[in-house]
Amino acid sequence: MSKIGKAFENKKAFIPFITCGDPNLDVSRQLVLAMAEAGADLIELGIPFSDPTAEGPVIQAASTRALAGGATTDKIFLMVEQIRKETQVPMVFMTYANVVFSYGTRRFIERAAALGMDGLILPDVPYEEKEEFDQVCKEFGLDLISLIAPTSHERISMIAREASGFVYCVSSLGVTGMRSEITTDIGQMIGLVKAQKDIPCAVGFGISTSDQAKKMAGVCDGVIVGSAIVKICEEYKEDCVPYVADYVRKMKAAVLSAD
Amino acid sequence: MSRGRFGIHGGQYIPETLMNAVIELEEAYDHYKNDSDFNRELTDLLNNYAGRPSRLYYAGRMTRDLGGARIYLKREDLNHTGAHKINNVIGQVLLAKKMGKNRVIAETGAGQHGVATATVAALMDMECEIFMGEKDTKRQALNVYRMRLLGAKVHPVSSGTGTLKDAVSETMREWTNRISDTHYVLGSVMGPHPFPTIVRDFQAVISKEIKEQVLEKEGRLPDAVLACVGGGSNAIGAFYHFIEDESVRLIGCEAAGRGVNTAQTAATIATGKLGIFHGMKSYFCQDEYGQIAPVYSISAGLDYPGIGPEHAHLYDIGRAEYVAVTDDEAVDAFEYLSRTEGIIPAIESAHAVAYAKKLAPEMGPDKIMVINLSGRGDKDCAAIARYRGEDIYE
Repeated sequence: MSKIGKAFENKKAFIPFITCGDPNLDVSRQLVLAMAEAGADLIELGIPFSDPTAEGPVIQAASTRALAGGATTDKIFLMVEQIRKETQVPMVFMTYANVVFSYGTRRFIERAAALGMDGLILPDVPYEEKEEFDQVCKEFGLDLISLIAPTSHERISMIAREASGFVYCVSSLGVTGMRSEITTDIGQMIGLVKAQKDIPCAVGFGISTSDQAKKMAGVCDGVIVGSAIVKICEEYKEDCVPYVADYVRKMKAAVLSAD
Repeated sequence: MSRGRFGIHGGQYIPETLMNAVIELEEAYDHYKNDSDFNRELTDLLNNYAGRPSRLYYAGRMTRDLGGARIYLKREDLNHTGAHKINNVIGQVLLAKKMGKNRVIAETGAGQHGVATATVAALMDMECEIFMGEKDTKRQALNVYRMRLLGAKVHPVSSGTGTLKDAVSETMREWTNRISDTHYVLGSVMGPHPFPTIVRDFQAVISKEIKEQVLEKEGRLPDAVLACVGGGSNAIGAFYHFIEDESVRLIGCEAAGRGVNTAQTAATIATGKLGIFHGMKSYFCQDEYGQIAPVYSISAGLDYPGIGPEHAHLYDIGRAEYVAVTDDEAVDAFEYLSRTEGIIPAIESAHAVAYAKKLAPEMGPDKIMVINLSGRGDKDCAAIARYRGEDIYE
């Protein structure tokens, strides 16, 4: 079993996201350690992209701040190297195709694997385009995470059959960001995945409160939260670490209470 | 490799949420492009509403003044709404209507595509929302008013650089938010498959007409066809039916802004490298880490950090040439064509006129050149006056 699989073993997983370099890379490093300590089972490290077309305003703004603050792919690799000296929590990169492609797809994935990253999420690489990334990921033992959306319908079976690590279930139409209500029938989407393959399914997009997390965890294997955490980083800046840790602890408890 | 490739370029690099929407669009297009009723309706609208075929005008004074090739202007500026954009919009909105959509959204740079979309939405009774960079809403204020007058809602986009690329990103985001009743009328030969093919096919009427018209007037094919290139829709439209005619030079004129050796440029072929953005693999202006560059041109319609995938392929195989034209050269050409032929070109189209001024004298008087005059320049007068240090009220 990959390290990502272990994150879901015998428990519901809580999966926080941060934008690396917001407010700066040293705080990002501290955030990862504090979130792992607070119970995060898997951590998504966002490598900022100038034009993140799948993100809502909160993560767009964080990406802009991180890039303005000088975050680059190479500096984020160095940060991961530091983090891996202190924790073995499973981690995946979330970024856009051009960040990986322009670095050299092979060079990027080889480096990420060597540093101890476990997977890669590329929201602008659908099933039809995954080959050029997935082949290299397989070679170096990274999981390229597949996404399914409320509009995927009959595509879910095809996607699930070739998925590895976990399946990222997009809860709602639109871009990332907090929502007061999620109306998609997540249980049905996940049923279609599990009919093809025994693989963990985590739900993301729009989740911010413990009630939502608990409700979601009741029908899936893990809950992903991005914008709500990035919002805390935006509010408290360099002082955000304890606030984020508290939030992660609270959300993890909510997810576990769904068992 | 996925569908919709031009050599190594193109593809469908978009969120999973949009995949069924582009598949549905491709299926509908494949059906209707061969449907005789659809084509009859399309031709009727192009001819009787948009005013096609557009004229191929022999620019006698310009030809004599430059002392070289015989110069023809393809008068896309005389179409309804003042640019080539209407050709694609009529096709796509008609298609959207057949697909049962009742709402259209679109990005716009200079406002020409937004105005065309708002126009056809009014004609076909569709709800219409346009996304436009905040910076562009200021430099093209007249077009913002025209869109609103036509019943569209205009959303200024303040993220990123507040220009065309941000408008495209925001329209894509809006589409993922509301798909079932909404069609995204993409304005150029870019984005995910099938858009580069659909837009090319709807714009190819330009080269189809040029070919017929030039054969009628001159009895032979032209030696060169010139067009400005941002995303590249008027250029691919002007090139398409000549691609197999190897004797015809196809020349795309990119916006160099303040020069290709400065950071203030939008010349993608001259300064970009291979990348993946806005749904496609193609050439993009970007930094060493793949962050998209904040490009610049005086022309809001060419102020885009990428180029359509078919152009990238035509460049790779050497079938088309791409040259860079600066702001200064384009403004000179804007004034030159106004005074020489009594035709005020769009500042976008003036980039092609500028290169024609250099190229025509190098060609013999027995040669024939066609410039695709993609739009008219009324919208640019205030900005050009400002460029020359004169403040006028729009």
